[in-house]
Amino acid sequence: MSDAGHPPDEVRSEVYVQKGQAPQRPGVTRASSAPEPAAVGPGQFTAQMREWRAAIERRLPPWWSRAAGAVLIVIAILLPFFFTQTSGFLNATIISLAYVVMALGLNIVVGFAGLLDLGYVAFYALGAYSVGWFGSGFFFKENIHVGASHVQSTLPGIHLNFLLIVLCAVVIAALAGIIIGLPTLRLRSDYIAIVTLAFGEIVRVFAINGQSIHLGGGQTLTAGNLGIPAVDLPYFPVIGSFNLLKLRPWYWLILALMLIVLFVNLRLRDSRLGRAWVALREDEVAAVSMGIPAVRTKLLAYAIGATFGGISGAFLGAYFTTVNAGQFAFSFSIFVLAMIIVGGLGSIWGAVLGALLLSYTNYYLIPDVFNDIPTKIGLNFNLTQLSFGIFGFLLVLVMVLRPQGLFPERRRRLELTGDIAAEDAQLVESQSAV
Amino acid sequence: MPAVAVRPLAALRKWLGRWGLIVALLALPVYYGIRDLVHGYSSGFVNGHAVINHDLSQLGFNLVSGVSNGSIWALVAMGYTLVYGIIELINFAHGDVFMIGSFVAAGLYATFGLTAATGVFGLIGGLLVTLIISMLVCGSLNVLIERVAYRPLRGAPKLAPLITAVGMSFILQNVGLLWRGGSPTGVPDLINQNKTVFKISGVIIHRADVLAIAVMVPLVFALTWFIGRTRAGRAMRATAQDPEAARLMGINVNSTISLTFLLGGMLAGAAGIVYALYETNVWYFQGFEAGLIAFTAAVMGGIGNVRGAVLGGIIIGCIQQLSDSRLGPQWTPAVVFGYLILVMVLRPRGLLGEETREAG
Repeated sequence: MSDAGHPPDEVRSEVYVQKGQAPQRPGVTRASSAPEPAAVGPGQFTAQMREWRAAIERRLPPWWSRAAGAVLIVIAILLPFFFTQTSGFLNATIISLAYVVMALGLNIVVGFAGLLDLGYVAFYALGAYSVGWFGSGFFFKENIHVGASHVQSTLPGIHLNFLLIVLCAVVIAALAGIIIGLPTLRLRSDYIAIVTLAFGEIVRVFAINGQSIHLGGGQTLTAGNLGIPAVDLPYFPVIGSFNLLKLRPWYWLILALMLIVLFVNLRLRDSRLGRAWVALREDEVAAVSMGIPAVRTKLLAYAIGATFGGISGAFLGAYFTTVNAGQFAFSFSIFVLAMIIVGGLGSIWGAVLGALLLSYTNYYLIPDVFNDIPTKIGLNFNLTQLSFGIFGFLLVLVMVLRPQGLFPERRRRLELTGDIAAEDAQLVESQSAV
Repeated sequence: MPAVAVRPLAALRKWLGRWGLIVALLALPVYYGIRDLVHGYSSGFVNGHAVINHDLSQLGFNLVSGVSNGSIWALVAMGYTLVYGIIELINFAHGDVFMIGSFVAAGLYATFGLTAATGVFGLIGGLLVTLIISMLVCGSLNVLIERVAYRPLRGAPKLAPLITAVGMSFILQNVGLLWRGGSPTGVPDLINQNKTVFKISGVIIHRADVLAIAVMVPLVFALTWFIGRTRAGRAMRATAQDPEAARLMGINVNSTISLTFLLGGMLAGAAGIVYALYETNVWYFQGFEAGLIAFTAAVMGGIGNVRGAVLGGIIIGCIQQLSDSRLGPQWTPAVVFGYLILVMVLRPRGLLGEETREAG
């Protein structure tokens, strides 16, 4: 610990001053007391980190966090200029940002409201199918064009502007979220998990078998595993039409969507609704007796969480230019859930960080970077065969080393701090008794 | 609201609460039974003409295969429910332990030189040894997983072990992928599983059906005896109820939890070998699918309840078989999960569910 330059800490340090001991070694005395909690090492580490953080924050002007945010956004906007238009890194970043949107949505349901949702893939599917249905020639009997580009306007099918499609995705996903939420209202956490999982699987099965559901005129509900091909590329009046050889516009589009969703998330967290979610999560009985409408609050969590999944799904559907039922597996829900838990459940920045970390690992590090290592050290071996296992190993490693997640929620951190402070007080008492 | 308008609704709700579940579960077999009797079904072709039968033997056949198939799910589901009962963790790696059990069994056939041509005694002996080894391997594997991935997270936020479970599941799937490749591989059909053992009023019962039920029933009895009658079983129940109080009463909670994982893994191993004999092919992804189905079965029966898991497994097996043969296998997951939602809506704690310890 860097005690030099550490300004006198009003609250925490006085405990140690009484002890007449440097603040860095509470573990030594604690080791001799009989029932030892398992997490002494990491706890000590986080306590140290917290003190450093507090020390740094005290020296910065009060507007630093906004300034840092602005700088980060500017860096994010300028980032694609450092890469070529078709670089693999930019591609991975675009997908990662879409996952950030998903993670932020799931974080509302699981993190804020405490409703374990294992069927999040359903909203991805519905978002992607909004693009497939309303932005392609899939419904070839229809002839509807709203805000489409010149080329698209000449084609049969439903062609809406990308923003209108996103709006459709929002409405569809929110409705689906409420439908999924309704039967879970009476259930306890793990039963919620299985019911949402069931909905996710049902949506997947309908997506796969949609070819045999006829809507009349030879049109079917989905194109199953063949996929709805040639989905419209996003088009905006002044900017023109996107294409897949120029990735920068895609990047800015998803960055903008992500920032909007992030902003909404931050505002929601501190709103009355956000506090109602946390209250319901912590103690449903107490929350309801304080006048929180449980049904409406929970359904809003499902609906809003689903909305973000739908937005991201619509983007990914357009970006992959095909909507294929094979994309909507259960493992996708697990992937997004892993992001928010690795990041720190209930924490917005944790969700962002976890989503970036896991999706970069999955879409960039393992296939593009690590894959060359065996060849470089002279092994005739293909790492992609192991990607599953490496990913699983990383999940286990991160969670064992940091069970509360990388960036725990402020509230949980406070709980942990409270515990540690109580322990310290006990420590002082036992010492003064001796 | 006027009381008159409420009364029929309340009556309906009461009726649904009591009978809704039974009606829902019987709907599928009764519907298809009546349809078979009235419209008949084709049981094959003779001289180019479809033979139309008007009896219940096809339904009976569906249900028998459902029970035997469900026996495998029941074995896996018991492992889920044991682990959930004691540490409230959805053990996503459990299905993959079951997959490893199948792979071990398939590997041991080759080691022991068991083929379809082996004599009866050699076959029975070999299969018993295989069963025991496969159970031991899966049991130890499950204990190891608990030690590495779940024990360090005791006292961590509740969802953290869920993610390590997913991580272990991925690792095991990767092991399976490297072991036998990415597509289903055949296993010698040792017991000639499609051979008819006997026929009751037109319902054919295959060897595979007999095998699955014959493995499941004694194991279920052994497990309930163990949990209900032995000292270690009592320790398990005590830990499931309240780990802290159990610890204060002198129960070694950690070794009790390890024992639970051992039992769950052994059941999964037994299910694995039965599956290999029953389906005569194995692949690395089977554990994932089986895990999903078995988890559903455990929840449907009331998670934490062993008898519920068996009941749930068998019901799901029957639903699957009915849906496979009548609606087509591509719709089966939707039917199974639709039923699950129905059960959850009508009885939120599952069929035989009891109060479990609320998450802390």
